[in-house]
Amino acid sequence: MSETVIEIKNVTRTFGKTRAMIRVSLSVPKGSVFGLVGENGAGKTTLIKHVLGLLKAESGSVSVFGMNPVEEPATVLGRIGYLSEIRDMPDWMKVGDLLKYLSGFYPDWDDGFAEELRRTFELDARQKIKGLSRGQRARVGLLTALAHRPELLLLDEPSSGLDPIVRRDILAAIIRTVADEGRTVLFSSHLLDEVERVADHVAMMHSGRLIMSNTLESVLSSHRRLTLRFNEAQPDTPQLAGSLSCSGEGHEWTVICNGQMDELKQAVIDRDAQVVSDDSVSLDEIFVAHVNASTNPHRPRVGGIVT
Amino acid sequence: MQIRISTSDGKPIYQQIVDQIKYLVAAARLDSGERLPPVRHLAEQLVVNPNTVARAYRELESDGVVVSRRGSGVFVSDGGSPLAKREQKRILNDRIDLLLAESRQMNVDLDEIIKMVRDRNSRLPQE
Repeated sequence: MSETVIEIKNVTRTFGKTRAMIRVSLSVPKGSVFGLVGENGAGKTTLIKHVLGLLKAESGSVSVFGMNPVEEPATVLGRIGYLSEIRDMPDWMKVGDLLKYLSGFYPDWDDGFAEELRRTFELDARQKIKGLSRGQRARVGLLTALAHRPELLLLDEPSSGLDPIVRRDILAAIIRTVADEGRTVLFSSHLLDEVERVADHVAMMHSGRLIMSNTLESVLSSHRRLTLRFNEAQPDTPQLAGSLSCSGEGHEWTVICNGQMDELKQAVIDRDAQVVSDDSVSLDEIFVAHVNASTNPHRPRVGGIVT
Repeated sequence: MQIRISTSDGKPIYQQIVDQIKYLVAAARLDSGERLPPVRHLAEQLVVNPNTVARAYRELESDGVVVSRRGSGVFVSDGGSPLAKREQKRILNDRIDLLLAESRQMNVDLDEIIKMVRDRNSRLPQE
């Protein structure tokens, strides 16, 4: 077994009547690039806040580097680089002053590396935070998350609302971080093609629940998209055992399934249909199929397949 | 080295890298003895996980397309590898199949096509 950096066990969290996390268990292995996906409001930010110790687990437990982040915040946070979705920074400060100020908090802050990143990101040290564009703010945020060479990089929706060039900078930073032996990245995103490119583990959240967590490779290889041709035109969406979602019309229907191929193939024979094609699927399609299936577990919905 | 990655067609990213490097070798756009970019560089260039690139390189090595020399990098194997020949054949066969499919649809028979190919060839500058 490889070492675990984050271990979340059975954590539930409610805000008033809203259940933001429901019995979530998750472990993030050391050295992995862990992609956390889900719609807005699925519970991703709440989960990340638990890792940072900003929220205390109501029930269950959270352990980061083997410690409780709520009890030992200074030690844990000193080893984490964090980029929040809301990039709140002191508007009145200049970029250079902010870096100098933050360097005081981190014993491992690397001035040379910070300067190198500032040049790569084309940031002017004399410019005020207030005058920065959205993309420049994101770059400042990323710089401050990386400059102390953290063992764990936590990025909450790092790409949200940014242009492709800044998104590329952020993804390249993730890649460089893990290329340094032993560092771990956990990032949340709703851009599934980004997750498919850079992650090696993926977890899906939906309405506060963790609906899947595995290596990207096994997630991609266990799901298939089958196109079925029925001898009789089907007026309604066929209900097939083993399928996550089903869309189409008339004679031809497309189903997404997760591993339960034998069950599904029997159902296909029973319904007087044939499999006319059997293809691999993108993470995007897998996600949509799971969300549809867990929104309505007993009746796969029509449509919703993003291509 | 020109490689394009797409996440929409469901083909694993490492496989896309393997296929495209094989293509580049077969098309002689990568010469034997040429050094491939280090894993980390290619990962940053393509914006993909470094392990994915490393896996593609391992696959290419076990297929005999590249050799890795400890400490100095990964290089395209010496020319004339049977795989490069096979891959060349595969690429050309794909094109031929397309040509044949279209000519059948247009009711042009095989002898006519062969004549046309010869004719086109004679118009190309001679090597």
